Amino acid sequence: MRYSGLKVITEGLFGNKGWKPAWRDPAPKAEYDAIIVGGGGHGLATAYYLAKNHGLSNIAVLEKGYLGSGNIGRNTTIVRANYFLPGNSEFYSHSMKLWEGMEAELNYNVMHSQRGLINLFHSDGQRDAFARRGNAMINQGDDAELLDRDGVRKHLPYLDFEQTRFPIHGGLLHRRGGSARHDAVAWGYARGADLRGVDLIQNCEVTGLDIENGVVRGVQTTRGAIRAKKVGLVTAGRSGQTAAMAGLRLPIESHILQAFVTEGLKPVIDHVISFGMGHFYISQSDKGGLVFGGDLDFYASYAARGNLPMVEHVMEAGMTLMPMIGRAKVLRSWGGIMDMTPDGSPIIDKTPIDGLYIDCGWNYGGFKAVPASGWCMAHLMATDQPHEVAKRFRLDRFRAGHLLDEEGTGSQHNLH
Amino acid sequence: MRLNCPLCGPRDRREFYYYGAADYLDRPATDDPDAWDNYLHLRDNPAGVTRDLWYHETGCSQWLQVTRNTVTHDILAVALVADIKGAAK
Repeated sequence: MRYSGLKVITEGLFGNKGWKPAWRDPAPKAEYDAIIVGGGGHGLATAYYLAKNHGLSNIAVLEKGYLGSGNIGRNTTIVRANYFLPGNSEFYSHSMKLWEGMEAELNYNVMHSQRGLINLFHSDGQRDAFARRGNAMINQGDDAELLDRDGVRKHLPYLDFEQTRFPIHGGLLHRRGGSARHDAVAWGYARGADLRGVDLIQNCEVTGLDIENGVVRGVQTTRGAIRAKKVGLVTAGRSGQTAAMAGLRLPIESHILQAFVTEGLKPVIDHVISFGMGHFYISQSDKGGLVFGGDLDFYASYAARGNLPMVEHVMEAGMTLMPMIGRAKVLRSWGGIMDMTPDGSPIIDKTPIDGLYIDCGWNYGGFKAVPASGWCMAHLMATDQPHEVAKRFRLDRFRAGHLLDEEGTGSQHNLH
Repeated sequence: MRLNCPLCGPRDRREFYYYGAADYLDRPATDDPDAWDNYLHLRDNPAGVTRDLWYHETGCSQWLQVTRNTVTHDILAVALVADIKGAAK
């Protein structure tokens, strides 16, 4: 079924009885050409591009819960291409272009809104660093504008510019940055993959990997054994457990990141604002809730909930930056499980086991990467060659010393 | 979350700095790159009981090895790294 404005109107006239489920609910087959473990944004995008770009249709996505039940269903929905290092820069630039075509591509409204992202700076040194970053973004073919204090004031008059700790000197404006409806991205890719014949199998937990003589043969699941020539692990915060089934130890430690949403308010924040010195960032959802977050809780955790010190810290940072939000009531908070690497950059690579591929290590930046991650993981699984824009996301780069430490914070999992 | 420091007693999480998995206690004796990769980067990353290193920054300035559950946040045991290293010698 093709979605359109006309379809919405005609369905509305006839009692909305003609809508069909957006995807099938198939039973697993005995064998597939390729299996994707993990039905989140990255896994679904991988399956979609395997079908679309590489002509595979005998593919399954295995999801232990329901589709989009992990971080793709709970995140702060920021889309941006403001990376600096060769390796990251071209990848996120590619991702941004895919975002810009996503709704037409998927025939699905993901509510992608290029409302502009502003990163604030508070000193001369920081301004120089941001100017350099902006130049790198422009060299990559993306957009960046360095704003002085008055320039920021025009966009964000409600900030506390004179705060004593971090007075605002200016900001780097990335106009093509913005946000999108996170669930819709998962649903759009799921529907697109299903339409191309991909089996999306929910409530199907992978409990083991069948490996013979260093070659993957298939998976064991809670719904029986399934054979496959190729298996891709796309399991984000749970990558440590899925890789352990293949006897692999990954350069990953899973950490907790909290985020918060307020009650719905009238439109008040038009941009995505990042206040790096306070470890705080904020935007307003289309429903009106202020969506904001801070830094990791800093200890390894799978609890999917954080502790109060970081809650307090985030609230304090928000009040420092924009005292006007002090009366808003926080409606809910959550903690996501982040697959943190020692350099803050992801991994899209083969493993030492033939036919087993891995896509993980997205730290807390996985949302904006969904389309390009799927694109590049599909390319890798179909051709056995890394995609040009993801060739530095190697599993062995830590051993080899070819780190992609965007923030220059050193080789410790929780510092990125 | 509170950690029961062997010297200071139960203290708020904010007094402590988290460093990483207790793998950091097993510094390789060789210059084998695989051993160093294993030591610095690769992790078991368990969902369940783990051992990691915390520094009692605003307390006794001791390094601690904490045994805890990453799923429930239960703290199971806290020991001084100095005792563990001393026992190993």
